Amino acid sequence: MTTVAEKQLQTPRRPEPGTSLPVIAGAESFGTLTEQITSVVLTRPTPPFWYYTFAVGMAALIMFVVSVIYLLYRGVGVFGIEIPVAWSFAITNFVWWIGIGHAGTLISAILLLLNQGWRNSINRFAEAMTIFAVMCAGLFPLLHLGRPWLFYWLLPYPNTMHVQPQFRSPLVWDVFAVSTYATVSLLFWYLGMVPDLASLRDRAKNRFAYGFYGVLCLGWRGASRHWRYHETASLLLAGLATPLVLSVHTVVSFDFTIAILPGWHSTIFPPYFVAGAIYSGFAMVLILAIPLRKVYHLENLVTERHLNNCAKVMLATGLILAYTYAIEPFTSWYSGDTFEMAVVHNRAVGPHSWTFWVTLSCNVFIPQLLWFRKWRTDPKRLFLVSFVILYGMWLERYMIIITSLHRDFLPSSWSNFIASPWDVSVLVGSIGLFVVCFLLFVRFLPMISIFEMRELLPFSRPGGGVEK
Amino acid sequence: MRIGSSTGPLYAYAAEFDGPTKLVDAARAVREAGYKRFEAYSPYPVKELDEIVPGWNPVPALVLFAGIAGAGTAWIMQSWIAIVDFPINVGGRPLYSWPAFVPITFELTVLFASAAAFFGALGLCGFPLLHHPVFNLKEFGRASDDRFFLCIEARDHKFNVRKTAELLNEFEPLELWEVGKD
Repeated sequence: MTTVAEKQLQTPRRPEPGTSLPVIAGAESFGTLTEQITSVVLTRPTPPFWYYTFAVGMAALIMFVVSVIYLLYRGVGVFGIEIPVAWSFAITNFVWWIGIGHAGTLISAILLLLNQGWRNSINRFAEAMTIFAVMCAGLFPLLHLGRPWLFYWLLPYPNTMHVQPQFRSPLVWDVFAVSTYATVSLLFWYLGMVPDLASLRDRAKNRFAYGFYGVLCLGWRGASRHWRYHETASLLLAGLATPLVLSVHTVVSFDFTIAILPGWHSTIFPPYFVAGAIYSGFAMVLILAIPLRKVYHLENLVTERHLNNCAKVMLATGLILAYTYAIEPFTSWYSGDTFEMAVVHNRAVGPHSWTFWVTLSCNVFIPQLLWFRKWRTDPKRLFLVSFVILYGMWLERYMIIITSLHRDFLPSSWSNFIASPWDVSVLVGSIGLFVVCFLLFVRFLPMISIFEMRELLPFSRPGGGVEK
Repeated sequence: MRIGSSTGPLYAYAAEFDGPTKLVDAARAVREAGYKRFEAYSPYPVKELDEIVPGWNPVPALVLFAGIAGAGTAWIMQSWIAIVDFPINVGGRPLYSWPAFVPITFELTVLFASAAAFFGALGLCGFPLLHHPVFNLKEFGRASDDRFFLCIEARDHKFNVRKTAELLNEFEPLELWEVGKD
């Protein structure tokens, strides 16, 4: 008589595709994994790189705070916005940041459902990236409100004014989509971190750290009952986050498509935006992972295999994006609509044509280098390509927004857009906010999921052999 | 048998192992011997223990009900506001414009269900919890690192100082600890 569990143990583990590059390089044990990841937080001195980047990030964050105070004092007029270009940097930054967040959810939720074990070493910091990116994203629509201190008017609540949000508007859908996304990402991230916080508690060297991580881990003991609830909840959260992440960028694209503006009013926008979001998000994951693995000597956990896989995802989503870039002008031409065709013409040769060509180069031409294995596995080259993509994706949203808005149906309302210094300072400042939050995360929380890495070790399953 | 760093009346016997194989074998034997109040501790989820350690898992049901509640809340809220509380006539279109209510209904379904998964799972674990008798054993700290523990509580009706120790010793634990209540 063999039980189901025993049968499962006898079945050899299915080799993962593309295992020519290892997920964990070198011989690790439970103890060395715990030591390597917790020591970053608890014992090892903080590397100088951390202080330098923190200083730069903090400077940008201070600039952000100053800009926002000035914005609150003077109003949204400090931005370069006018009629008809009433949306510019703020909405571009919003779409860009929230798109960056999507890669974190893809790694933590979708790759979990697809049983991709290699994701275990990058999902924690990718999720942290999601949370900070969504935080930055959420600020922009609020700062753009005009009277940001009345932001709660966006929500339906019983009020003495007897007015309520208009539920037929995608802008109201956005409020719900983004706030749900932020909340669910935070819950998922924290739930995954609880067992690792217990590891930090148990290895804490002083009373303050013991108390801090002891409270944060809520009393985790690693009992089989805990794991049972934890695993079920993680899986369910992954299942919920998967359609959620697709819905969020779909709703973001509705902000544009439901308007009747030529260049925006298109059914291809939801998949186009989702692909672009994941594209830029993976670029950000790599921009974070490549320096982190070098500075903290995590090359054995975040291996060339991870870089290679992330680069492949970028290549695939980049090709989806290239397809939509190609199909957009075709649809305009095929529709026979004068205004649609005028927008395409204006994008290619109009006053903002540089954005079109630079976007095309950054998002379509240059990333074709990723067909070569060398560009996918060499950290420096990959960092460069990721940077180009991240810039290209910002410019793409800028192009979509500006070129459609500044050439309206009525030539009498045509105008141009010139960014003000405050536009730039708020954008750069938000990057500072992101960098500061992320560095604090790296310093004080486990940046790699320790318990999920333990599961990847060959002797982690009962009967799996090696016991010292 | 070694007495751990703890004192006070006996809470449990804890067998310490260095790998999941012996833990699973020992847990299975303990269950077959008729013990009810025992628990296995591991630094990562060992799925085989799910079939061995008794317990139920109401998380999926909680999530389902919360999801339905979220969908209902969203649909009723939007319909009520759009029809009764704040009707807006947009070019004579119907007030009950239900296709426009779908996105928020979806979002609130996910929000409620996720909150239920998170708070349900942690609540069922009994969190937040500041102290637990197993923490009286200093060596238990390694349960979050590289050691696996099997605890049999002294209040189990089958617990017997000699027989329980013998049963656990059969599986050659690294150590067999006495865990006190204080």
